[in-house]
Amino acid sequence: MQTLAELLITVFLVTAGIFGIVGSFGLIKLNDAMSRLHAPTKATTLGVGGVLLASMLHAIAFESHLSLHELMITLFLFLTAPITAHFIAKVHIHRRESKDSLPESCGDSCWATHDLPDDGDQ
Amino acid sequence: MRILRRLVPHPILTVLLTLSWLFLAASWTLNSLLFGLGLGLIIPFVTQPYWPNRPRLRKPLMIAEYLAVVLWDIVIANVIVARIVLFKRNADRQPNWVTVPLDLKSPEAITMLAGTITMTPGTLTADVSSEGHALLVHCLDAPDPEAVRDEIKNSYERRLKEIFE
Repeated sequence: MQTLAELLITVFLVTAGIFGIVGSFGLIKLNDAMSRLHAPTKATTLGVGGVLLASMLHAIAFESHLSLHELMITLFLFLTAPITAHFIAKVHIHRRESKDSLPESCGDSCWATHDLPDDGDQ
Repeated sequence: MRILRRLVPHPILTVLLTLSWLFLAASWTLNSLLFGLGLGLIIPFVTQPYWPNRPRLRKPLMIAEYLAVVLWDIVIANVIVARIVLFKRNADRQPNWVTVPLDLKSPEAITMLAGTITMTPGTLTADVSSEGHALLVHCLDAPDPEAVRDEIKNSYERRLKEIFE
């Protein structure tokens, strides 16, 4: 039983490590700002998720108590990670994209970041 | 009844905050239950002016199915994106903007959809249209933007519509 638990924990940790390093490698390899944003979302999902699963399993198998902090970490990550990504994307649209370089917005006048008041600089 | 509604404007949020406090404190005693309940009552009451409408959950049990689908998709998409990052040359990759027209109306549901799209690797919500009828999604590698749009609409938006509307 102990060996099985150790084996499972190792699998989770190694998977998490691999995805973490692929995510970091992606930051270097991908060649435009919007694509680079994709790399960290991967590191936070499977990368951190694997470590948290391993941690919970360790608490159950070796310290014989159920640890719920990991679930809270997952919850807070899933709440905050999309917001940071969204803000970086908004800055990119604001500074590097014009109304013409983005696709049509389905009948609405434009995308929200370009929706400046009339005395704005557009 | 109306006074109860004023004092407890978001009952679900109250329960959620109490549970979060219990999980964070990791002690199942009456003491932390009372303190968590206190937080759960005070925070929604104080932030009430910023959140006037009460979001309705029509089928709360569907959330479990939604979470399962999203978690499974995250695992699959991670592998696909890892393959793209490791083995695909930048010149062959086709990053693309995709417009996802929205059938959802409630702001909470749209926020959930945008967050889900960002957390599934390979797609990223960048913006919402000025009147809120479409999401702008960036894809890491999308030779076929229509397929991405249909997948988002079929697997996520359809379920969120059942949960919220």
